[in-house]
Amino acid sequence: MPADWSPLWLSLRYAALATLFSILAGLPLAWLLAARHFPGRELLDAAASLPLVLPPAVLAYYLLSALGRWPLVFHWHAAVVLSAIYTLPLSMNLSRSGIAAVNHNLENAARGLGASEWRVFRRITLPLAWRALLAAILAGFARSFVDFGLTAMVASKAEHASLTLLLAAAALAALYIGNRLRRGQEPA
Amino acid sequence: MIQVRLSAFPVDVEFQAASGITVLFGPAGAGKTLILDAISGFVTPQGGRILLDDEILFDGAARVNLPPRSRHCGYVSQHGTLFPHMSVRDNLLFPLARLSRLERHRRVKEMLERFALLDAAARRPHTLSPPERLRATVARALIGEPKLLLVDEPAATLDQSLRAELRNALRMVRDETGVPVLLATRDLETGFELAGSLLLLDRGRILQNGPPRKVLDQPASAQAARLLGIPNLFPAEILALDPGRNTSRLRLENFELAGPYFPGRLRGDRVWLCVAARDLRVAVHDGSKPQGNQVPARLERASDLPQTVRLEFAGAIVAEIPRQEFDRQKDNKDWLVEFPPEALRVVARDAAENL
Repeated sequence: MPADWSPLWLSLRYAALATLFSILAGLPLAWLLAARHFPGRELLDAAASLPLVLPPAVLAYYLLSALGRWPLVFHWHAAVVLSAIYTLPLSMNLSRSGIAAVNHNLENAARGLGASEWRVFRRITLPLAWRALLAAILAGFARSFVDFGLTAMVASKAEHASLTLLLAAAALAALYIGNRLRRGQEPA
Repeated sequence: MIQVRLSAFPVDVEFQAASGITVLFGPAGAGKTLILDAISGFVTPQGGRILLDDEILFDGAARVNLPPRSRHCGYVSQHGTLFPHMSVRDNLLFPLARLSRLERHRRVKEMLERFALLDAAARRPHTLSPPERLRATVARALIGEPKLLLVDEPAATLDQSLRAELRNALRMVRDETGVPVLLATRDLETGFELAGSLLLLDRGRILQNGPPRKVLDQPASAQAARLLGIPNLFPAEILALDPGRNTSRLRLENFELAGPYFPGRLRGDRVWLCVAARDLRVAVHDGSKPQGNQVPARLERASDLPQTVRLEFAGAIVAEIPRQEFDRQKDNKDWLVEFPPEALRVVARDAAENL
């Protein structure tokens, strides 16, 4: 029987998109929370971490009522949105600790040399925090990947089980590399 | 020309600095770094006004507070701030983003040559030797042609040879670029050697301000004298003053001394007598009667300094003499200490002030 690879591609697409969205939202949030002081900072911090403590069912329910009008629901695209929101606290907090760990004196030196805030972020903060950011992306990816794997395993036919195991192994590898990156080792 | 008036707790100062090198000298915690941070814009003072040439950098009353990137100050801070992920060349290019390609490369080449960094251009900061790193930091601070260079003596210059490297670099800045420099240092020698003007700073206040020679020769207060490392400070009273013969008499706790005329002082003034340790002369006390300004004193401790020996006598008198001179009579305990009249200085003493 020829193997059916479609779940793998779907999982990859799904996890990649979810990670992309969560990092697109998470990185600016991480920078705001790590580097800026503004009124309402604590509130934003708490709100961004909310998906961490909300039961998935509750989150899914809100999403359903929010997106119910659009034809998105009950399509895998909806799962991407849900997963991105669900992954956001993870990727945001990992990026944030990476950004906060960048030597402040270097960023100030760049400002003193005439750089705008955007340029400081792009030329100094980002390159110096890349390990932490990559770790955040990998962790987010692994999380989305496994999420869908579990759903697929429960919801689909038994012959997909071995494929799901493969997915879980890939997610484990991503997490392992992410951890090594965060500890500052080469991802060998 | 920079004009500074600022209060940022615990600092409260007002001063100006024109061309050349102006040295902020003071112990740790005097507020030197805070002043530099306020000028460069990383600390917002509670009040005051900072003017660089004709531009207002900060004005508490008018609510002007330029961001650091618009202040045109080069800043060599205490910490190594070369960007670790860029080569020396890229570090130097960083401040030049708005210039044309040709101009950027012309300036980088000029700086690499001037600071002997041609061989280091392609290397990352962590592979440089400490002197190269220091020169690269100064070069990067200068390459954007700032109107003022702020230098917070890097912690690394506790090393003597690096200190010499910093002095050389700053001398070159002064002589070749004409950029005014504000240097914060805890090292009196560096300050003394480079400064056109010396600001004595302690606990957030300026104690004295002037050409270094003048500050050292005539400390404005006992506190200033102590900061300048003058160990001999004695409470005294002026008994007599004679401007015609250029003489005076001073009464100290246990003895009297002849001094020069002290302009601006009155008979009966209570003052601090201050004398630099190396201005005192000492001789073995052979039992003869002390003459002139000689005072018998018992040696309590002798300690070796690199070139001299420091003698501490009873009554808190400290003298410094060449080692050979001391070695000839090192077992002697009873000495005569001579206070040469021309070396005596007096500074005002408040009624309540005591050591």
